[in-house]
Amino acid sequence: MTAASKGEWRAKTLEPLKKRFGERRERFETGSGLDVDTVYTPEDLDGDSYDEKLGYPGEYPYTRGVQPNMYRGRVWTMRQYSGFASPEESNRRYRYLLEQGQTGLSVAFDLPTQTGYDSDHPLALGEVGRAGVPICSLVDMETLFDGIPLDKVSTSMTINATASILLALYVAVAKKQGVPPAKLDGTIQNDILKEYIARGTYVYPPLPAMRLVTDVFQYCPQHVPRWNTISISGYHMREAGATAVQELAFTFANAIAYVQAAVDSGLDVDSFASRLSFFFVAQSDLLEEVAKFRAARRMWAKIMRERFSASNPKSWMLRFHTQTAGVTLTAQQPDNNVIRTTIQALSAVLGGTQSLHVNSRDEALALPTEDSVQLSLRTQQIIAHESGVTGTVDPLAGSYYVESLTDRLEAAALEYIREIDRMGGAVAALEEGYQTRELHESAFKMQREVEAEERVVVGVNRFRSPTPPIEKLQNIDPEETRRQIDRVQRVRSERDGEAAATALKRLEGAARGDENTVPAILECVEAYATVGEIADVLRSVFGEQRETAGF
Amino acid sequence: MPPDVIRVLVGKPGLDGHDRGAKVIARALRDAGMEVIYTGIRQTPEMIAEAAFQEDVDVIGLSILSGAHMELFPKIFDALEERGMGVVVVAGGIIPEADRPTLEAMGVRAIFGPGATTSEVAEFIRGAVM
Repeated sequence: MTAASKGEWRAKTLEPLKKRFGERRERFETGSGLDVDTVYTPEDLDGDSYDEKLGYPGEYPYTRGVQPNMYRGRVWTMRQYSGFASPEESNRRYRYLLEQGQTGLSVAFDLPTQTGYDSDHPLALGEVGRAGVPICSLVDMETLFDGIPLDKVSTSMTINATASILLALYVAVAKKQGVPPAKLDGTIQNDILKEYIARGTYVYPPLPAMRLVTDVFQYCPQHVPRWNTISISGYHMREAGATAVQELAFTFANAIAYVQAAVDSGLDVDSFASRLSFFFVAQSDLLEEVAKFRAARRMWAKIMRERFSASNPKSWMLRFHTQTAGVTLTAQQPDNNVIRTTIQALSAVLGGTQSLHVNSRDEALALPTEDSVQLSLRTQQIIAHESGVTGTVDPLAGSYYVESLTDRLEAAALEYIREIDRMGGAVAALEEGYQTRELHESAFKMQREVEAEERVVVGVNRFRSPTPPIEKLQNIDPEETRRQIDRVQRVRSERDGEAAATALKRLEGAARGDENTVPAILECVEAYATVGEIADVLRSVFGEQRETAGF
Repeated sequence: MPPDVIRVLVGKPGLDGHDRGAKVIARALRDAGMEVIYTGIRQTPEMIAEAAFQEDVDVIGLSILSGAHMELFPKIFDALEERGMGVVVVAGGIIPEADRPTLEAMGVRAIFGPGATTSEVAEFIRGAVM
């Protein structure tokens, strides 16, 4: 006799079994701590709401995907994040990756570049070329893209506080290559709010920093129309401890703050919204992550259409980059990381990502070697061309579990967003340290679960075995740092000093007034003013942010 | 004489913004009964040594994931020496195996890599100070 309902089945069939044999744990939950039931059925979905909740790919609310045929047209952009040592070394790595079939570039800058210090600044000590490539001036940027035609590749740059400077440098290199800025394709991260919340490379206080973001929103549609002006990022907040719900909520709360700031400055929402892009993590709970990506698309479409009254469908579409989760990589049994990232990458593809970075097996220890990056790229290529998941759009739709999780993640994230709205929005909330505290609570809880072995990490708290250390790690040659420092000092002494000083002066005027700062920054970089000098001018006008207290 | 309550400074030297580990450790040590001062991110070697001096700590825990440890740690030890401080220094984060001998020779008493537990860290500190 078939049960008439889930309740009846539970009482009649499930409970007797549980009484006899028990279960592995008292409570099952997703990677982010949402309850997971034994089984999902049509009862877990609220009735017949297919058109309203899911619809068709390429149509509102885009739950199923932003393109009508997704990967049947072309697969996602394979974009391995890379940059280290020096512009020369990084250029060599980029060319290698393009030769191996990578389809877009993704530039990692070192911390001095990200925080507006030249390579010879005292605070840059030890950091030059370590977390990414050092870029001080147009000379470095030309070297970085030497032999790479900028009208043929799309380039993503992870740069935030100094984003408009690096965008200006990219435009300046393109002009030198004879490529009109209107033909440039790419993205700057330019997401300053999550820097205060989680990532830490802020320079100026939030309000002037938001103005720099808005300046880019305003500048690009006219001059670099194909450029994604921001990549609003949940990635780093999740890496800092957020749950999937918090990742969605804090990302969209930040996104709402950017859109509101731009609208308040007088921009029409449809003039910039189609160039907003997003960046999420792919963590290890495969089905939760798929649900998260689907919920994200539906949430964004509704936010833009209902909250901001955007009327262009392109403004409703959530396009996103995904990276596998750095925090899940283990130093113990590092080959296991290949398996972890494969599962994570698969979730991103099943979730409909537009571009993807797969972390490498050695990254719990160092920057990845060329060999391990190649394996990451091959992971993507195997998913794209061998796994069969790219033949149909949103293949997990209709799974009772995935649909139910999609609904629950959306509802829980919206509840958080309402809370942040009540606090006065993302900026007001982060100034009080709200999001940072929430992330820390989650991070601490997860660490306790790992230490109590309630959360299994294979090779770390269970299934341990002695692992020989990885033999070959990526090293940074100190000689490269010395050359980099020489180069920026040579640029400062050999350039037309007066032209650089005049351009910097004009930037100061623009920053003090309400003129858009991007054209003035472009003049500065073309006069070979350095990233540090430009950031110093803006520091002198805007002031500097110190870490918000509250820990 | 061992202190009644162990005082620990958790410091983030350099430009590195990865503070998840530092904060988790700071809180776990606090829960383990220690007094913990967390410096926040972007501290220079001077700032860390001065904070350690002012707070009169028994232990300094340095968290670094940016790869700048080989340049920054010697400066921290110099700055501590200038202040006549002989505290226990431990480190955590992403520190390659190959750098360990140099750091240990410099005076770093223990290095906790990825996967280390907070109880392991607390236990080591207790043993080193008491």
